[in-house]
Amino acid sequence: MPDDKELLDTRSSSKMLANRIPMTAATDEAVLEMQSAAVDGEVLQKKPFGFLFWFALSFVGIVLFSAVLANVLPLQNPNFGHFSELNQGPSSAHLLGTDDLGRDLLARLVFGARVSLIVGFLGVAIGLVFGGSAGLISGYRGGRLDIALNAFSFIILAFPAIVAVIAIVTFWGASLFHITIILGIATIPLMYRVIRASSLAFAQRDFVVAAKTMGATNTRIVLREILPNVIPVMVTFSLITVAGLIVIEGTLAFLGLSVALPTPSWGNLINEGSSNDLLSINPLIMLWPAMAMFTLLWSINLIGDRLRQRFDLREGVL
Amino acid sequence: MGKYLIRRFLQLLVVSFVISVLVFMLVHLLPGDPTTQILGANDTAANRAILLKQLGLNLPLWHQYTIWLSAAFHGNLGTSYLNHESVTHILATGAPVTIELIIISQVLAFAVAIPLALVVSRKPNRALDNVSTTTTFGLLALPPFVVAPILVAVFAVGLGWFPATGYTPFNQAPITNIHEMILPSVAITAGSIAVYFRLLRSDLITTLQQDFITMARSKGLSNRRIMWRHAFRPSSFSLLAAAGINIGSLIAGTFVVELLFALPGIGYALVEAVNQRDYLVVQGISLVVAIAFVVIQFIVDFVFTIVDPRVVRE
Repeated sequence: MPDDKELLDTRSSSKMLANRIPMTAATDEAVLEMQSAAVDGEVLQKKPFGFLFWFALSFVGIVLFSAVLANVLPLQNPNFGHFSELNQGPSSAHLLGTDDLGRDLLARLVFGARVSLIVGFLGVAIGLVFGGSAGLISGYRGGRLDIALNAFSFIILAFPAIVAVIAIVTFWGASLFHITIILGIATIPLMYRVIRASSLAFAQRDFVVAAKTMGATNTRIVLREILPNVIPVMVTFSLITVAGLIVIEGTLAFLGLSVALPTPSWGNLINEGSSNDLLSINPLIMLWPAMAMFTLLWSINLIGDRLRQRFDLREGVL
Repeated sequence: MGKYLIRRFLQLLVVSFVISVLVFMLVHLLPGDPTTQILGANDTAANRAILLKQLGLNLPLWHQYTIWLSAAFHGNLGTSYLNHESVTHILATGAPVTIELIIISQVLAFAVAIPLALVVSRKPNRALDNVSTTTTFGLLALPPFVVAPILVAVFAVGLGWFPATGYTPFNQAPITNIHEMILPSVAITAGSIAVYFRLLRSDLITTLQQDFITMARSKGLSNRRIMWRHAFRPSSFSLLAAAGINIGSLIAGTFVVELLFALPGIGYALVEAVNQRDYLVVQGISLVVAIAFVVIQFIVDFVFTIVDPRVVRE
């Protein structure tokens, strides 16, 4: 669809200002990068996904798989302390070693992944269901509803997410359920804006006009004509947002404001292992979850980035 | 330009209003009633009515809100119930630490990202470009709570080059202060470097293909002059926008490093207050940080209209 680009190529600084979405560094970067015309050449041609992409995809797959099946896998109890085996290095009994209470670090790492993944994926799912559908309809219908929702999403997005989340968690209590809900709600205006912009661009296209002329119902147009075209943006942006939510949850957990100990999460594992004496005695406690977090975020970013290139998404879309 | 700024200013007021309402409502989300605790054994209906009146809790919610807001405007955000320190005082002592962290990290980020992008964009897809693009892509996956403990493990605990914790005010011992601030600042810089570099690089590559650059080249201008005077300015807009947006994640970053390095900034006070369930302090800090964030966004937009007048013509 070569003529798409003309329509979507609406880059201007003002547009970029209008689309500012405060979130995490990774999200900001991706959003702005998608907005700025990347005439790198690399974007324009379809490259094969390459080794790194498949590596990243399998890493995310392994983390998902082991987190889901953590109860079934031959892992030790993540909260059981082997008091005769404190601060051990990796061995055949404990593949990643043990912490200062003799707990198995591999088990804690795998069980800790659950929190990050649940918050990341479920939060984005909430944002997609509510923000995404609102964006689709709002972009297609336009009118007063669109203006109102759009203005409202601006106001919500003007909030620094982390401050709002900390405040709400303080007053409402920190549990996995609460944090997922809060971050899910925080994602709604983000998804709304991105999908609205994309839906708006397609709503003015000829094939939508044609469908209208042929007497298609609004529901049909939104679901059969617009939605399929919006999906690439949805998938790519959702992935970046998953990484963003995982970072926010990790930050909360590091600050001790997420799921309470002894339930492991990567953020609180890093925090636990970061006290000064532990860093000198047994840096592995901090290092494993830190490495896992880095690799997971890197993988999700990479998958999102490669998909964006493959879908040939550019500036105006977001 | 005036019209645009007025519209943005009205937007700022609306957002600030919504923030203040939401922050005010937070306390009312709390389960329970403060009177139960204050009255204790004297909890009779008559006593309760008197106390509610004394505390002003019998007034309608909007009236309570206006009282709270006007007090906030007069710098009275309540006091900590733990040490009876006023929230304003907590903010005033914490702000210099947090602001210093943000300034140092941003100076570092620009000092690394801008020259690197200028060098790399002239010859894209060469070795140096590939290395820095890949590295910064990795930096994007390094939030402060991942990077900071590793920096402490290597440079404080392992090599002993920097102190792991501690804070000395700048006006007492500037050199000690900077020495203590380096590790925490570097920890929150990683993400900024990546964002700024990647943006500026792709913008510069676009700009360098424009006709006026070819023109400048054919006039025989030096490369340095072309890069700084002709290419950098039109490419710096999205950099500015990114810097504005970035403040959100920087705030989160300062919370993390203040806690890890025991720096007495706003984030440290906030986390402390959250853990002690010191609700008024949480409320006050949330209000001020959120408003500050919105105001900074406004200032960035204001600067934007000066650097790039096209913004106004929408």
